[in-house]
Amino acid sequence: MSGIHDFIDNEVKNNDVVLFMKGTPQFPQCGFSGQVVQILDYVGVDYKGINVLADADLRQGIKDYSNWPTIPQLYVKGEFVGGCDIVREMFQSGELQTHLQGQGIAVKGAA
Amino acid sequence: MSVKSRIEYRLAQALSPDRLEVINESHLHAGHQPAFDGGGETHMRIRIVSASFAGLSRVARHRMVNELVKPEFDAGLHALAIEAAAPGEPVRW
Repeated sequence: MSGIHDFIDNEVKNNDVVLFMKGTPQFPQCGFSGQVVQILDYVGVDYKGINVLADADLRQGIKDYSNWPTIPQLYVKGEFVGGCDIVREMFQSGELQTHLQGQGIAVKGAA
Repeated sequence: MSVKSRIEYRLAQALSPDRLEVINESHLHAGHQPAFDGGGETHMRIRIVSASFAGLSRVARHRMVNELVKPEFDAGLHALAIEAAAPGEPVRW
């Protein structure tokens, strides 16, 4: 388990925006993951998608790492932002874009 | 006792909500995995207004709800959508 913890820790600390999801950004395999992909693409932010279905240890490991029972999970600058409902609420209120920009992350579609 | 009823009971006991709706949305997800025929209680939505959420972040609110519902995740609940508001905050339901 510590191997998975270190893997996750490394990913969220070395990538500005990381989405743990089911499937890939090109081919989401869950409606909730797909919604977050659509939002991130619309906002125009670069992010790394990590498919938790590729590894059973990772699928459980990310739940333990975040103390969060569901997928998807979005991290920005090493900090847990939330799952699908929270990301969507933040997007609709404009907070997501503000949060990203406040962290110094380029948001292409912000204009 | 249904999953819906157990979730309603746990949330009502712990959070004394002003408003509470627990909706079974499993039929919307039928077939996306072989085990989901849409007839069970695998995908639920919680809509809740409670003074317990006042001043808390979205993540903190969801953590409170998730913790209360944890026995259902352990028993096979697959997905949970949460709309959590404090009294006076705008809701769309």
